[in-house]
Amino acid sequence: MEEFILIFRHEDGKKVASPEQIEVWMKQTMDWIGGIAAQNKFVGGNGLVFDDSRVVHHNSIVTNGPFGEIKETIGGYVIVKADSVEEAVAFAKGSPVLQGEGNTVEVRKFAKRDGVH
Amino acid sequence: MQQQELIPHLFRTEYRKIVAVLCKRFGLQQLEMAEDIASDTFLTAAQLWPLDGLPANPVAWLYQVARNKTINYLQRERLFKNKIATVIRKSSETSETIDLSAENIIDSQLQMMFAICHPAISAEAQVGLSLRILCGFGIDEIADAFLCAKDIINKRLFRAKEKLREEGIRIEMPGMLQMDARLSAVLTTIYLLFNEGYYSVSTNHTIRRELCFEAMRLCNMLVENTATNKPQVNALLSLMCFHASRFDARVGKNGEMVLYEEQDTGLWNTELISRGSYFMHCAANGAALSTYHLEAAIAFWSTRRADTPEKWEQVLQLYNRLLQLQYSPIAALNRTYALAKVQGKQTAIAEAEKLQLTGNQFYFALLGELYTGIDNSKAKEHFAQAIALAKNPADKEQLRKKMERV
Repeated sequence: MEEFILIFRHEDGKKVASPEQIEVWMKQTMDWIGGIAAQNKFVGGNGLVFDDSRVVHHNSIVTNGPFGEIKETIGGYVIVKADSVEEAVAFAKGSPVLQGEGNTVEVRKFAKRDGVH
Repeated sequence: MQQQELIPHLFRTEYRKIVAVLCKRFGLQQLEMAEDIASDTFLTAAQLWPLDGLPANPVAWLYQVARNKTINYLQRERLFKNKIATVIRKSSETSETIDLSAENIIDSQLQMMFAICHPAISAEAQVGLSLRILCGFGIDEIADAFLCAKDIINKRLFRAKEKLREEGIRIEMPGMLQMDARLSAVLTTIYLLFNEGYYSVSTNHTIRRELCFEAMRLCNMLVENTATNKPQVNALLSLMCFHASRFDARVGKNGEMVLYEEQDTGLWNTELISRGSYFMHCAANGAALSTYHLEAAIAFWSTRRADTPEKWEQVLQLYNRLLQLQYSPIAALNRTYALAKVQGKQTAIAEAEKLQLTGNQFYFALLGELYTGIDNSKAKEHFAQAIALAKNPADKEQLRKKMERV
């Protein structure tokens, strides 16, 4: 069993959703995560908010969030246990984030810190 | 109360207090001495009361006798030690006071709770010791509750007491910094004790009921103490009140278990339900959300029988959160049942089959339930597998009934 992180990428983070829409998404997300947790394969996760977001550039310039030049933003992540990348991908496919066109879920395996990875 | 009922009753309520006070005074090293003195006190009562008649204040009488027996014991010990030792120590302890005031009794019992639920002791031993020392259960009763032979219980308790001594565990309240961690061990034991009563295979309903009410009593002691009156403690008490409210409804005339859906709601204890709500309200202060909070909220919905969409949506969301905090097979199965209620059986079947809890009777019972009306032959197959896995005859019987109904 290995750990994978599923990173939610939103094509346009500035889109404003209605409170009702947000509630529906929240429920769907909780049901999705609940299904993973019911298999004892949920490790952790969180959503990321836009308040107080900053980008620090290489010359110490700080800007308010990445939303000027690039539209794509990271909305959150979930860490799961899976036997294979295929299983992790199957989990990712259930994410409600993918209902938004242009959104993606990036699946990445954690390094094992064994000196090789 | 008649004399023959009074002594067992007092044994249940007073034995543990005498043991706790003596242990606090002399240390856990002397646990056996404390138990001997307490037992001996009741033996004396059983011999004298039928002859002399009941004392005016039986509890005060017991305390006085326990005090005297302790002092005698100490004098004998000292005499013995002095004879073999050349150094004669001053007998300043002769005027020993054994403080059996209400306040010291409560303090001693609370401290005893923390000592017994020490992380060094195995969970199984903690439950056994709690029953014996904190709840005053007899060996027979413990054996009955665990469906074990008496000598197994005796051995288990003996080893646990040895462990308490070896580890040099002190009888004291944990400091502020360790409180939450130590309290969590105490709450786990209380919850185990409750579950032992609520779900045990024992058919002795009186014992099962007492196990549950003892667990609630211990938790109540924690609620009444300022240092331990924390949100998670209230949440656990609330959870137990909600569950216990169905005690009378879940046992049928012939001692058989009555399924939730078939219970007479008129037998649900409304007082316990409102106490549960009260403690849930008390649990709601503070930012920490424990698994007990979530379980209490789920248990609250169980006190409302009506199958409303709101109920099942709430229950599903609570299980989603509970599983994120702490996985357990039973929570995973219950979550899937709630999912069926909210999103239909087809969705739930797909999710259920991912759980792969193939050694668990409840897994197959759930699949049997879900397939009923969708694919009845599969439903029957699953119920048959559940019956094969079930150990308890009452469970087998319930499953057979469900299978017949498909």
